[in-house]
Amino acid sequence: MSNNTANMKVVEGSYAVAHAVMCCRPDVISAYPITPQTHIVENLSQMVADGELDSEFLTVDSEFSALSVLVGACAAGGRGYSSTTSQGLALMYEVLYNVSGLRMPLVMNVANRAMGAPLNIWNDQQDAIGARDVGWIQIYAENVQESVDATLQAYKIAEDAQIRTPVMVCMDGFVLTHVYEPVELLDKQKAREFLPDYQPADILDPAHPKTFGAFADPSTYTEFRYQQFEAQIKALAKIEQVAREFEDSFGRYYGGLLDGYFLDDAEVVIVTLGSVIGTIKDAIDAMRSEGKKVGLLKVRSYRPFPVQALRKALKDASVIAVIEKDVAIGGEAGLVTDLKAAFYNSSIRVPIIGFTAGLGGRDITVKDIRKIVAKAEAARKGIESEFEFLNLRTEIL
Amino acid sequence: MDKSLLAPGHRACAGCAMPTTIRLVLDAAGPNTIVVSPTGCLEVTTTPFPESSWCVPWLHSLFENASAAASGVEVMLKRRGKDTNVVIIGGDGSTFDIGMGSNSGMFERGHKILYVCYDNEAYMNTGVQRSGSTPFSAHTTTTPSGSQSRGNPRPKKDMPAIALAHGVPYVATASVAYPVDLRRKVKKALQVNGPSYIQVNAPCITGWTFDAGTMIELARLAVESGLWPLLEYESGELVGVKKIRRPKPVEEYLKLQGRYKHLFKKTECADVLGQIKAMAEANMAKYNLVD
Repeated sequence: MSNNTANMKVVEGSYAVAHAVMCCRPDVISAYPITPQTHIVENLSQMVADGELDSEFLTVDSEFSALSVLVGACAAGGRGYSSTTSQGLALMYEVLYNVSGLRMPLVMNVANRAMGAPLNIWNDQQDAIGARDVGWIQIYAENVQESVDATLQAYKIAEDAQIRTPVMVCMDGFVLTHVYEPVELLDKQKAREFLPDYQPADILDPAHPKTFGAFADPSTYTEFRYQQFEAQIKALAKIEQVAREFEDSFGRYYGGLLDGYFLDDAEVVIVTLGSVIGTIKDAIDAMRSEGKKVGLLKVRSYRPFPVQALRKALKDASVIAVIEKDVAIGGEAGLVTDLKAAFYNSSIRVPIIGFTAGLGGRDITVKDIRKIVAKAEAARKGIESEFEFLNLRTEIL
Repeated sequence: MDKSLLAPGHRACAGCAMPTTIRLVLDAAGPNTIVVSPTGCLEVTTTPFPESSWCVPWLHSLFENASAAASGVEVMLKRRGKDTNVVIIGGDGSTFDIGMGSNSGMFERGHKILYVCYDNEAYMNTGVQRSGSTPFSAHTTTTPSGSQSRGNPRPKKDMPAIALAHGVPYVATASVAYPVDLRRKVKKALQVNGPSYIQVNAPCITGWTFDAGTMIELARLAVESGLWPLLEYESGELVGVKKIRRPKPVEEYLKLQGRYKHLFKKTECADVLGQIKAMAEANMAKYNLVD
């Protein structure tokens, strides 16, 4: 990745993302305030109030209504935007399925946050991972710049005639929404060239009356689902293609579906998503200087889940440790379960161990990463624990 | 009259007031109209994919979000400079209960949307369960009459008053038995520069259990007994009341319906009948229904 440092500005992550949304020119924005998403929509409201952004901004009674407003706006031919997190995303759950089922190419930034109870406003990724099956594409950003760039890319992916699938751009709450860091804000004109105006395939129009949202009986329902499934498979190539087109226009590239760090000769590979990657890279730098062959695989696209790309990227690993900020209570956790499934029918035989860490905003430190790598190295000789909670405070249990 | 904008061939029951109500609404609104409907009988009977009875553009999203979805349609039409009617048509379940938050938001934001509730006074699509609109003492599958029950223990929620409390500039009640009145109200509502709400009494043959041929008579009796006053509010003021020429006893209305039959079987239900009668009399006095 390269940055033109001359255009870099130190801004809050939420402002940077709101600026990116402005560059995407949504017709309708509808959102309900919830920490830590608030700064994104406050910034957008101000941009509309100042005439910087020509969008209809609807303040609504709930997250449920926020996303529902966009269903109507999209059916009437508009480009829609929302943002939420945690409890808000959960309240939207029914609408999430509806949006993807109606093939509405909406984009939403999810400022990832823990789910209650107990109430907790800090970061983890339980909210979005819990919504992995709702039919939306999910892109996870490592830092603010990626959150910005992925937001623009998301519309291009979502609105593609072959895809027509909504996209969640997931960015860790507080860690990325409230941090001030140097960012290259998008150039409006370049963004317009990259993302043309929205061309809806179907629209509510009295001159050509169409029925949206009919009910499907058992003789047709499966085929609706299959078409969504197929579109997400097609999105695998589209996400990569859009990432490359973005590189051509803006000079930045982070991998489309996946990205590697010291992956080529890595024996121990950490697989993860989101902002913890910065810490892991620091840990890898230190361990590499000590001669340890540790590498990282970043999962940028969690849905669609890039099975083939994962097999290719991880075929030479000796052991894999998955770190993720979610837990599938009663099972293991989202990413590790999916990753193991991706390998089961392949010829690759590699031990995979999973760690749930950073729940409810708990820090994941370089020391923690070293600990995980040590456990992974031990697992090469035989897995003792397939899945565990990192740094469990047993003294308060 | 031109061809109806709700095509025949839909799956509504014979004797159902809903399609008649919708046809009257669409006749008045005309083809330059977009309809948004919540989940319910209307949606399932008119849109079995790949068929549709709708000759105007129609959107269904979910049970509880028609008002939010219609809000999105309305702002987008305005943005595109289109002068098209946006009409929500939903049943009482979505209107009175599950969609209340979304309805409140739409009313409060002041969208130019006509909300028509075809009110059949229970969750008919799922099998006649009680809704917030179910009248006092009506038998439903979740407020059954029995040795310890005399049907629905609570009175009907006053939804027009809730709309009025939001400052909705045009609020009316109507009935499928009074088509001229209903069409006039729809036309008037569509002239309002803001939200409007019309609640139409629409008998349900399976839920109320009556003879299919008596649907219109039944709806007329609801009005003539004083239980369903036909009212019209503009800017919060009551401006129109349909007078009753020859008031009918409530028993005449109730006796035609299976959902009230327990009231006539048990002597201990006499006071229930008395309470219903008192409700009708209160309406007559409050709205001066009888000259």
